[in-house]
This record gives sequence, C-alpha cells and structure tokens, in this order.
Amino acid sequence: MTTPHSESGSTVYTAADPDEVRHIDDLDEQADLYAAPGEPSEGRVFNAVGGDWNDIVGEVGSRPEERIVVNMGPQHPSTHGVLRLILEIEGETVTEARAGIGYLHTGIEKNMEFRTWTQGVTFCTRMDYLMPIFTETAYCLAVEKLLGITDQIPARASAIRVLMMELNRIGSHLVCLGTGGMELGATTVMTIGFRERERILNIFEMVSGLRMNNAYVRPGGVAQDLPAGAIQAVRDIIPELRQGIRELELLMLENPILKGRLVGIGYLDLTGCMALGITGPMLRSAGYPLDLRKATPYCGYEKYEFDVPTRTGADAYDRLWLRVKEMWESLKIVEQVVAELQDNPGPVMVEDKKIAWPAQLSVGPDGMGNSPAHIAEIMGTSMESLIHHFKLVTEGFRVPPGQAYAAVESPKGELGCHAVSDGGTRPYRAHFREPSFNNLQAVAALCEGAQLADVIVAVASIDPVMGGVDR
Amino acid sequence: MTETPKPADQPPAEPAKPNEPAIDRAEKTIETPPVPGAENLPAQPGTTPEPVQRGERTGMFGAHDTGDTTGYGGLRSPILYPGAAVRPYGGDFDAIADALEAATDQGQIARTVIDRGEITFVIPREHLPAVVRALRDDPALRFELCLSVSGVHFPSDIGNELHVVYHLMSITNGHRRIRLEVTAPDADPHIPSVVGTYPAADWHERETWDMFGVVFDGHPALTRILMPDDWPGHPQRKDYPLGGIPVEYKGGTVPPPDQRRSYS
Repeated sequence: MTTPHSESGSTVYTAADPDEVRHIDDLDEQADLYAAPGEPSEGRVFNAVGGDWNDIVGEVGSRPEERIVVNMGPQHPSTHGVLRLILEIEGETVTEARAGIGYLHTGIEKNMEFRTWTQGVTFCTRMDYLMPIFTETAYCLAVEKLLGITDQIPARASAIRVLMMELNRIGSHLVCLGTGGMELGATTVMTIGFRERERILNIFEMVSGLRMNNAYVRPGGVAQDLPAGAIQAVRDIIPELRQGIRELELLMLENPILKGRLVGIGYLDLTGCMALGITGPMLRSAGYPLDLRKATPYCGYEKYEFDVPTRTGADAYDRLWLRVKEMWESLKIVEQVVAELQDNPGPVMVEDKKIAWPAQLSVGPDGMGNSPAHIAEIMGTSMESLIHHFKLVTEGFRVPPGQAYAAVESPKGELGCHAVSDGGTRPYRAHFREPSFNNLQAVAALCEGAQLADVIVAVASIDPVMGGVDR
Repeated sequence: MTETPKPADQPPAEPAKPNEPAIDRAEKTIETPPVPGAENLPAQPGTTPEPVQRGERTGMFGAHDTGDTTGYGGLRSPILYPGAAVRPYGGDFDAIADALEAATDQGQIARTVIDRGEITFVIPREHLPAVVRALRDDPALRFELCLSVSGVHFPSDIGNELHVVYHLMSITNGHRRIRLEVTAPDADPHIPSVVGTYPAADWHERETWDMFGVVFDGHPALTRILMPDDWPGHPQRKDYPLGGIPVEYKGGTVPPPDQRRSYS
C-alpha cells in the first residue's frame, strides 16, 4: 500500500509501517516537509496556498483509503487568531475535527504568582484582550472574597464596574460579529463593527487611560473615579451605538445570504452544552436562559432591569441573533448605570487604606498622572504616610490563606477566577476558567460531518479569543 | 506590617516550637481551646475550628533571601488554612451536604470545609469517580456543569503536594456551587479522570496534566495542551526552575523571579 505511486508528477504515501516510511524517506526527501531529521514521516505534505482546490485534490490522488488531514491554521485569516484546526476531510466533508491550541500561551497565571495582588490585574487583563474588564473584575471579585471585603466595596465602584463591563460586552460582541462577518467575506459588517467599537474604546481611553488592557478594576474598587465629562461622553455615544447596532441588525439578521450560511450550522443542543460545560450565548441559543447576572448577581446587577434573550435553534444564526440582542440589553443597563452614577457621587475604593492604592490621580503639567494632595502629604507632612505608601506599593497587602472562586457573565460565558492565597502579598495560585477555552472543546461536535466552509462559521459562532484560550 | 483581616472566631496561632522540624507539623491540626457554650451556638459559615497547617512563615516582613536586621528574623508563624467545618454549615450547604452524604458511602467524603461562603468537599482520590457520578445524577444534587478543573501545588503539604480542585454548578437546584478538592502525593501523581462523567473536564484535565504533572487515569487522551508536546517539566509546579534574563552589560543578569529580592 505504501508503494510510491506517481500520478501527475506527485507522489502519495501513507505512513503505516515505520520501516516502509524510512524506505520512502530514502526515495523522496520531500515526503514530509515538517518532520524533524530522524523523525518518521507522516506522509507527503501538500501546501494549499491559493489556487483551485480541485487541483490539490487531483494532485493528492483519488485513492479512497487515503486520509487527507488539513491543518487549518495556526496562521489562517479565518480561524480567529492562532487557532489550529486539524481537519480530516473527505472531499468537502469534514469527518474529524480537532482544535490545536497553545500557540499564544504566555504563562500569565504563573507570572501572576510573582507579582503583588494588585499587580495581578495588569497581567490578567491581557488574557482575553477583547474583554479585559471582565477578566479584571472576576479576578478582583475573587481577591475581595479572599480578603472578606466584598460587602465593603463602594456602590459607586460596583456601578462603574458594571458600566465598563457592559460597554466592554458590546465591544466584544461587535468584534465577534465583525470578524465573523469578515470570515464570511462580508467586509462591510467588519467595518461597521470596528467603527462602533471605536466609540467604546474612546470611552475606555477617557476613563482608564487605555483602550485595551486597561488594568482599571483593582482589588477594592476601581483605579480612579470617572473623569469630568465621562458621563456625558457615554450619553453621547449611546444614540450613535444604537444607530450602528441597528445598522448591523438590518444588514445581518434577515440577510438571505448570511442566513444561508448560518442557519442550521454549528448545531449543539442543550444536552451537548451541559456535557461540554458550555455557557454564554452558545447555551442560551439552545434555549436555556443561564445568565450569571440574573442567576447569582454580583456588582449590584440585581438593581438593573434587563432581559436575557434566548433562542431555540442552537445554531450559528441564533448565536449571532443573541449577540445582537444582548447588545441592546447592555445598552439598557448602560443607561441605567449612567443615571445612577450621575446622581450618586462617592468613593470608588474601599476605605481600608491598607488595601486601597493611593491612585486617585490627576494629570499634572508634565503629562504624568499624580495626586498633588497625596504627594504633599507623603513628601511634606507625614513620614508615616510615606512609609505606608511605600510598603503598599512595593510590597502590597497580605491576603489571609484560603481559596475563593468568583465568576462573572462574560460575553462568551462564565468567566471564573480561582484564587489561592498562602497569606502572602502575592497570589499563591490564580487560575482562570476561560469560557473560550472551555467552549472551544465543542469544535468537534460542531464541525464533524459538516462542509469545510461551515467550519469557519461554526468556529466563529463560538467566538473564541486565543489570548483567553491559551493564557 | 500590613494587617490581615481574620475570621473573628479563628483561634490564635499556636506558637511554633523551634526544635520541632516543620516537616512533622504539616497537615497536623491545631487544638482549639473549648469556648463555653459554643456547642449551643450555630456555627457561622466560614467557621474553621481546626485549621490545617501547611508550611510556616518566618520573620515579619516577608523577606526570605536577605539577612533580617530587624530583630524579628526568628519569628515563626504557621500558615493556617481553613479546616473541617462543623454542623450546621448554614445556608444551602447543609442541604447539599445531607444530599451528598445520602448519595455516597461512608468515608467517601474526607472533610467538608466552609470558607468565605463557599463549600469544599475534600474527596479521597479513589472515591472521586463515584462521588462525581452521584453529584451529577442524584436528583437532590444535580450538579450538571463541571466548570473548571485546576491544580494547586503545595510542596509544604507533605504527602498531599498536588491538589486538584473541581468547580461544579447545579443549574437545576438554584445555581448552587460547590468545590471538590482531591489531593495526590508528588511521588504518585495519579487521580482518576472525571471525563466519563463530565466530558467538559477533558481539556481542563489536560491543562492540569500539562501544568502540574497530575496523571488523570482513564482520560481518553492525556496529552499536553498549552505547552509543546516535547516540553520537559510542568511549568506551574512550584519547583519548576525559572529562567533569568541575560543582560548585555558586563555579564550582568536579571535573576529569575524567585531569586530576586522580594517580600511576600
């Protein structure tokens, strides 16, 4: 079966017997481009870089016993970042699909073990770069639980967290729809999505100083209060966002071409979701209204009025539909939070000065953020304040030994943080339950038996972000 | 020193005897002086009458690698983790514990810990498959979702160095959450897989194997998931060597993070 077999100038091999493989290697060094020296060949590798698919199929030959394994990614424009899909195909049909991950693993969880509890925010915000505020909030809720200060978080700090999270949810969904549309070839969807997200990033920049990787939510509250004019700026973008989301809605939801690509694709019913631990829009598209904001409210979500939309089709179209509707619900929450923030000034950090960083900054004439009153105190009047400042900033606060798990409803599902302390100033262990990581397990269930082109749609409907998957 | 908030009724730490090596005290529980009338009072959630010691802290300022000139260098204080809780547990926890005890055999739950409003069942590893099956299938429990599996490495917990924690949620019974904790020694890092009950644990167990070297017996394909296939070692273990950064200036280097001067 492994006899070299020439057809249209190419050679096809299967690597069934190692001895024969070596024999093949002797015959043709090009059999497996990616095999290291001395490694057995996995069979001849074909690179598909454009051109007609039929030509490649013809080159491979039409022997039915051949398995064609296609590596889609890790560098591929339609796999949502460095996701590697290992597809076994028969013609256009995918018979087996596996996801290979780890290409963006940066060891964030390990790094956090060598920084203070507060500095941990700066690391974990970089996990899922489309929803930094959610990761920060989950981490801070876990740390606050460990400290036992959950009840002492000022209401205004929680409201600001909710405001930022809901804006972030819209931003994340916009990218999901935009890149999902782009992967289908609908570039207008992408430009609208990114255009609208830009408005949200401008708010983030105004509030936290950064468009992404904000490190804005801190254990005990948020880094600083909203700057002057921020509430008005949020109020100004709400009608613009409404218009933009409406535009997307009109463009996508009843579009026959889009529906033709999405309806019935990537089906995963409630049983499958439960077995695979799927949460978020994927679970809600199967009809179950699980939303932690309603189920186990945190950050004062019980105060706000909003709905949890669900669908029953359990396919890629329903997930898209839900994401659009969830943006409307998020806008509802944003409006309520903005009204609340307008009326209720107050502290945005716990009172305990052993935990609260002296970060109530204003931008000085040198363009650097500092707090003139605080600097006057530590440098001019109080040696003790200087010591406290120094100890808190360099060494951090101590967290009593134990473990805690806090979860928030992220745009992609349950985002949990398991934090363990040994009584020191640094996390003993911080583990993140990333919804993208968990949900990506469904690739096989969504794609096997479908067409190759549907893989793109199915994976886009999971909305995985590799920064979160690989951490 | 920064003050740490403590549960109000946690007993004061027993002063460590300087001549007793730390290795013998690991996992030893601390005697609690009896409080008169305490048995008549409901225990508060988070009550930990017998904290578990895992390691100890020396000095007062968290410096480990430099000489201590403050006079506090000889101070030794145990690191106490919450121990087994006493009934009643409070809230939903009694109902969960009752249902779990009814659904499992005697001795399948080693310890129940209530801390910071969360319940943790410590399960001997050989009983884990039976317990998770009961947790998923018993009508009074119905923990359908296994949300997360992750590891924690406690080199100071002699004989139980590797801890694996499972976070489960029941959406049928009011979105209750529990945590399971299973331990294994470094010398025999085997824990039965729960993939047969919770397919969602597949990648989570692979990640725990990859990062901590816990072998999940019965897992369908326990391979590395985040690190490359041929990577030596398990990076999130506490004994994993860390790399420094060479600096091109007179042979200087930035030392690995665990060798830098730091306070913790």
